[in-house]
Amino acid sequence: MNLTRRQMLCASVGAAAAGVFGFSLSASATPEATAESIKNFAGGKEPAMGGDLTLNTPEIAENGNTVPVEVSVASPMTDDDYVESVVIYAEGNPNPDVAVFHFTPMSGVAEAKTRMRLAKTQNVVAVAKTNKGKVFMDKKEVKVTIGGCGG
Amino acid sequence: MDNIKPRVKVPKSASAGEVITIKTLINHPMESGLRKGKDGNLIPRQIINKFTCEFNGKPVFSCELEPAISANPYIEFSAKVTEAGTFKFSWLDDDGSVYETENKIAIK
Repeated sequence: MNLTRRQMLCASVGAAAAGVFGFSLSASATPEATAESIKNFAGGKEPAMGGDLTLNTPEIAENGNTVPVEVSVASPMTDDDYVESVVIYAEGNPNPDVAVFHFTPMSGVAEAKTRMRLAKTQNVVAVAKTNKGKVFMDKKEVKVTIGGCGG
Repeated sequence: MDNIKPRVKVPKSASAGEVITIKTLINHPMESGLRKGKDGNLIPRQIINKFTCEFNGKPVFSCELEPAISANPYIEFSAKVTEAGTFKFSWLDDDGSVYETENKIAIK
């Protein structure tokens, strides 16, 4: 391979451009998309951070295919004061939605556990809504060693 | 789909007013629709998109699932038992199938 300096330059610029372009094309949710979904879920309100909602995830997930996730909300869970729904988002997945849990006073406590897929190291966000329209959220970073979204 | 078998763990009995934990698991590939097969084409999405739990016909808990839920979805939640009765669990598949199972609980 005999490349002139000019050809070299062209090639490297092209490669860099492809890299940038490729990245912008890759299907990945952004924190902005997540924020948008949260806004829709919360009905335009700004969710208060922390409070009664606890999101439990491992700090480091070796395998992104099954990451245990647990949400619990401190609530009396009576007929007039209960947690209606809790939604989980993964900011860095191709699609930020993970799951929506719907509780009723018959649930006793607002707690649920499941296992999710994470494509890469990212923030996981949980937002809870009570029947009175109170909204609060919790956020955790999960480090993922092997991503779990195929592709 | 065939060979889908839901598994549920509910205590056999509870005292009135007790909050019990229910564990559910169903074997399902939860194909996300983002994976490519050997021929290079995308494998179409097929997941369980909804799970519901009813006690004596009243809703207790339900959950909408997205492709970001792991294969063989495991869901754990709680229920308050005030009377003897039957828990009915159903899983809804993207292809329209519904997988159901029931569990009875007695009062101590």
